[in-house]
Amino acid sequence: MEKFEKLQGIAAPMPLVNIDTDMIIPKVFLKSIQRTGFGKNLFDEMRFNRDGTEIEDFVLNKPQYRNAEILVAGDNFGCGSSREHAPWAIADFGIKCIISTSFADIFFNNSFKNGILPIVLPQEQVDILMADAEKGENARMTVDLEAQEITTSDGEVIKFEVDAFKKHCLLNGLDDIGLTMEKADSIKSFEEQAAQARPWV
Amino acid sequence: MSPKTLYDKIWDAHVAHEAEDGTCLLYIDRHLVHEVTSPQAFEGLRMAGRKVHAPEKTIAVPDHNVPTTLDRADPATMTEESRIQVEALDKNAKEFGVHYYPVSDIRQGIVHIVGPENGWTLPGMTVVCGDSHTATHGAFGALAHGIGTSEVEHVLATQTLIQKKSKNMKVEVTGKLRPGVTPKDVTLAIIGETGTGGGTGYVIEYCGEVFRDMSMEGRMTVCNMAIEGGARAGLVAPDETTFEYVNGRTHAPKGAQWEAALNWWKTLYTDEGAHFDKVVTIRGEDIEPVVTWGTSPEDVLPITGVVPAPEDFEGGKVEAARRSLEYMGLTPGQKLTDIEIDTVFIGSCTNGRIEDMRAVAEVVKGKKIKDGMRAMIVPGSGLVRAQAEEEGLAAIFEEAGFEWRLAGCSMCLAMNPDQLSEHERCAATSNRNFEGRQGYKGRTHLVSPAMAAAAALTGKLTDVRELI
Repeated sequence: MEKFEKLQGIAAPMPLVNIDTDMIIPKVFLKSIQRTGFGKNLFDEMRFNRDGTEIEDFVLNKPQYRNAEILVAGDNFGCGSSREHAPWAIADFGIKCIISTSFADIFFNNSFKNGILPIVLPQEQVDILMADAEKGENARMTVDLEAQEITTSDGEVIKFEVDAFKKHCLLNGLDDIGLTMEKADSIKSFEEQAAQARPWV
Repeated sequence: MSPKTLYDKIWDAHVAHEAEDGTCLLYIDRHLVHEVTSPQAFEGLRMAGRKVHAPEKTIAVPDHNVPTTLDRADPATMTEESRIQVEALDKNAKEFGVHYYPVSDIRQGIVHIVGPENGWTLPGMTVVCGDSHTATHGAFGALAHGIGTSEVEHVLATQTLIQKKSKNMKVEVTGKLRPGVTPKDVTLAIIGETGTGGGTGYVIEYCGEVFRDMSMEGRMTVCNMAIEGGARAGLVAPDETTFEYVNGRTHAPKGAQWEAALNWWKTLYTDEGAHFDKVVTIRGEDIEPVVTWGTSPEDVLPITGVVPAPEDFEGGKVEAARRSLEYMGLTPGQKLTDIEIDTVFIGSCTNGRIEDMRAVAEVVKGKKIKDGMRAMIVPGSGLVRAQAEEEGLAAIFEEAGFEWRLAGCSMCLAMNPDQLSEHERCAATSNRNFEGRQGYKGRTHLVSPAMAAAAALTGKLTDVRELI
């Protein structure tokens, strides 16, 4: 997995609440058996007309946001399906950080597995960052994972919380499975004990 | 020992390793697998030279893509991409040696219907699947939740998940339900009350007389939509209703093992005085048959209501409501019972079980669906289909004018050929009314099976209490 250390980039504002996984990647694009190539269909029904032409007023189609690497979004981002195609599409498009007041649980976990940092902040701070993102390409935010700080284009610093283990994995680009396999003995002894306690499982 | 919730007890029984910061390796008893979220996970194993850690605890079935028309044995009924996904599952199930129900097997169906039906899902288990509606299995007092594909690969390789414990939330529905009010109305009414983010960070335990009185099918409908309320999982404590449902199923324990299991299952309840971080209480008598008007499952109103205006809401929801109303083609103040329906879809992991089939039959028996109405009933599994035929329900459906299909996810998420066209309006017993969910620009109203049946007869959203 790609490391996430420090990111300086354009933030795109998406104030809509409850942006769901069907919006992020409609199911017609779930039929691939690969993990890559979903970025071109990110937000497909919001981003493109049926004939494939772009919907001009969609935020990521505006010239100043085409290269956005950060999304500032409304409440409950990523609700709906467990499809990891949603973070795959976001990462493939080039977005590496999403900031909101809340995320759906499965989407939140899926993001970390794909080198994307989801940041939860109180409404007032999301409002400040949303306003900063509205300024367009001149507003380049900085997200420093090590320091757990976001710096706005005006130099305002906002601290954020992140789970220590998830931070460690993102900073070092670690593969969860490899880490868990180091605990194979714990798993084996759990299995032996569970086979005694609940042999019917 | 301090009193524990049901969730605490199941969690504690499955922690294989706990780090100092509270990050745990949670052992997984059952891993359900379908064709859409698993191919990349199996490919990951192959590339790393890894095996499936516990193939005997892994159950695979294709459901999302499969056509549900009677001619589906003909490969031409599937798009090439769908066929590739189903074939990948066939191949992976064989290569890695996991339990498998292919499309041709009568036990094939929606993964969350197949698991319980065959006795794979048991009280006190941990159950995961690369599908958010895994919450369904919580009806058995099993800790069950959806995971992403990276986690599917992690469970395949290690039979564990890296987890931190969620908080405890209690949703209590007291008293009795009124006639015409079903488990689907209960679960939608709860989401209407808590919002789609209300359960975020929690595992919900559904408590109270309404759930104690409910069948296993009904409890599955309720827990199924715990995810729409944002919760990681929903639980109902196992009781005699649960044990009776499980007893005798193919993969349920037998003999002395049954007795041992039963002894443990009977300890799976929330202790007196255990702490819940959040409590929501609803009176059963206050719940009416409900319907969604917007594009979020929290957009719930009693069928007797009117379409709301954006100004009725606050904050970010004002703009979301405006967008929903435009998408849905509705006008504030319009009576919900005046909304005309083009299509009725009955099925899904929410409402594709035998009890749902019976509820529909009760409403449509001896009647005809509205002229021009497109109406399909898609049973949740081949076994549900067979039972409905045996009980004479299928004949009732066909006489009324419904299409009676083979099992699969079908128009719930429209990955197979069953899709809405632009602006086509559907009363659906499924779980999500998101934009584009049932087809590009399709319009979905979520309802109970009885309410869907009523809409099929009248051509409008209808209060089923007027027909029974």
